Amino acid sequence: MTLPMAGTSAAQPTRTKKPDAATAEQWRHWLRQMFLIRRFEEKAGEAYSLGKIGGFCHLYIGQEAVGVGTMAALRDDDYITASYREHGQALARGFSARTIMAELFGKAPGCSGGKGGSMHLFDVSKGFLGGHGIVGGHIPLTTGMAFAIKYRNTDQVAVCFFGEAAVNNGAFHEALNMAALWKLPAIYICENNRYGMGTALERASAIYDISERACSYDMANEVVDGQELLAVKSAVERAVRRAREEKAPTLLEVRTYRFMGHSMSDPIHGHYRTREEVEDQRKRDPITLWSQKLIADGVLDEPGARAIDKSAMDEVEDAYRFADEAPDPAPEALWTDVYAPVEESR
Amino acid sequence: MPTLTYRDALNQALREEMTRDDRVFLMGEEVGVYQGAYKVSRGLLEEFGPMRVVDTPITELGFAGVGVGAAMVGLRPIVEFMTWNFALLAVDQLVNSAAKMRYMSGGQVGVPAVFRGPGGAALQLAAQHSQAFESWYAHIPGLKVVMPATPADAKGLLKSAIRDDDPVIFIEGEMLYNVKGEVPEGEHLIPIGRADVKREGGDVTLICHSKTVTVALKAAEQLAGDGVHAEVVDLRTIRPLDTETVLASVGKTHRCVVVEEGWSFAGVGAQVVDVIQRDAFDELDAPVIRVTGADVPMPYNKQLEKAAKADPAKVIAAVNRVLYRG
Repeated sequence: MTLPMAGTSAAQPTRTKKPDAATAEQWRHWLRQMFLIRRFEEKAGEAYSLGKIGGFCHLYIGQEAVGVGTMAALRDDDYITASYREHGQALARGFSARTIMAELFGKAPGCSGGKGGSMHLFDVSKGFLGGHGIVGGHIPLTTGMAFAIKYRNTDQVAVCFFGEAAVNNGAFHEALNMAALWKLPAIYICENNRYGMGTALERASAIYDISERACSYDMANEVVDGQELLAVKSAVERAVRRAREEKAPTLLEVRTYRFMGHSMSDPIHGHYRTREEVEDQRKRDPITLWSQKLIADGVLDEPGARAIDKSAMDEVEDAYRFADEAPDPAPEALWTDVYAPVEESR
Repeated sequence: MPTLTYRDALNQALREEMTRDDRVFLMGEEVGVYQGAYKVSRGLLEEFGPMRVVDTPITELGFAGVGVGAAMVGLRPIVEFMTWNFALLAVDQLVNSAAKMRYMSGGQVGVPAVFRGPGGAALQLAAQHSQAFESWYAHIPGLKVVMPATPADAKGLLKSAIRDDDPVIFIEGEMLYNVKGEVPEGEHLIPIGRADVKREGGDVTLICHSKTVTVALKAAEQLAGDGVHAEVVDLRTIRPLDTETVLASVGKTHRCVVVEEGWSFAGVGAQVVDVIQRDAFDELDAPVIRVTGADVPMPYNKQLEKAAKADPAKVIAAVNRVLYRG
């Protein structure tokens, strides 16, 4: 059974007035970020197959516009948390491909010192606070960050990425209730890619429209086409304004699709979804949609698009080499970072 | 030195630390308007206002996570659980978020939060409300576990816990809230990780913590009447464990009984015994014996409940065994 997705019709790119040079540059930058994520994830998949990456490895392929569109609407001092499918959001936030690939390889220069791995990417300087591996567990953390923002009376926002499977879990409801009750500047971004591992949304949730969950908490909400970068960006911008100016939270249900299996251990299709469904969804590849728009708007041509892709591939190749050659953490690293260094207290 | 109840000593620590550091705030069920389920937070809402004394819904997982998240970005939350029985709902946040954050972020993100409330049994509260969970949390690297037995220790350790840069599990005793004792005024800090010899003696060491300190002291008093001089070592902190003080006492007495409120299997005492047999094997004149809660869910019936708890008579019987006395 195929249920409707937001905007699944094969829409032609909408032409807009030709943007000014700065906007055009920005648009090409977002295209490059999406290409970077795509090529990074493909390379991560390859490295996983070669045994260079261990553990679990969840790829973001198909969801690139969500991460890039969201980050485009945020400020450098905002806080972000994500689930374990977070390579893409971290890249979109400006982590270097090198530090993420090195982390995936478990190497010392990785963004978490090689001690976090694929599921625990952190960079405090970018406000990116994990990478969390328990479904729904980081949603209350984000509410806590939003609480801290209100406590300190700044105009930051706290953003949380999670999948649609997390919304049936108590942590989600408890966190959203408090955010609405206390009027906290939080933005909950549910990336609805339709499957919690192999369980389709309609087999796990009593209601189909996840955005409606917000109604229980009198919280602003929207359904967003996650394959359209500008749709994501403008929805997040509305939520950001609500958070910064009204100190009110928002739940965004961003409908997207995971083109790969749940993790590298899983098939792309099989018992839970058909090859036809995946192929049908691939027609709305967010990168294709965005590059078509840029070409239609006259800010890019086909060779230009290929050149952007090529530069993304080069960066990924460089990251791969860097990670491969980087040293393992020192043996003493096993014992550090369990507790704060003694002199740090007080 | 003023005499305070354990409850008021905790209240004083909260007030002093909230005055000292405006990043410190208290959240939990009934901490504000109601003045605290056990009145530990009495008067704080009026003094510090609703942004720093935050009444939460009954949503342990949620508000524990809020505390962890706020700590990750620089606040210093004190999260009150009405009792540690209810905190089972929050274990994911304590174990998977609070304890792991520093390590899995490669040292970038600490969680300077205190999670506190009463643990263990009170009187006839039955199975779901009478549990001692310190060994659960002490099992987890990344957490510290603190359990004061006296008003002075309660104040000094809570102040240290609030200033600590790591998550501290602070387990109070519901039956201790009305206990009175002398409490130093102002800056009174007791370092985390230091045990305290509550009574000196040369014949046998009684190792205990929290409510069982009272049990051990009563047993020691009775034993003294019988010519047996027990040394009472209050662990105060379960993790990190003060092995030095434990080993020094056992090295002096050569006999040891470990008393705890919780269940025996994989309990705190098992860890203490492990340390003693490994590092003081040659000092021992008898096997170490443990006195624990009965290995059953707590019954409601008053007589059965009494039978389930560690008490001075059980401690004295254990001392007699390690002394090989009739």
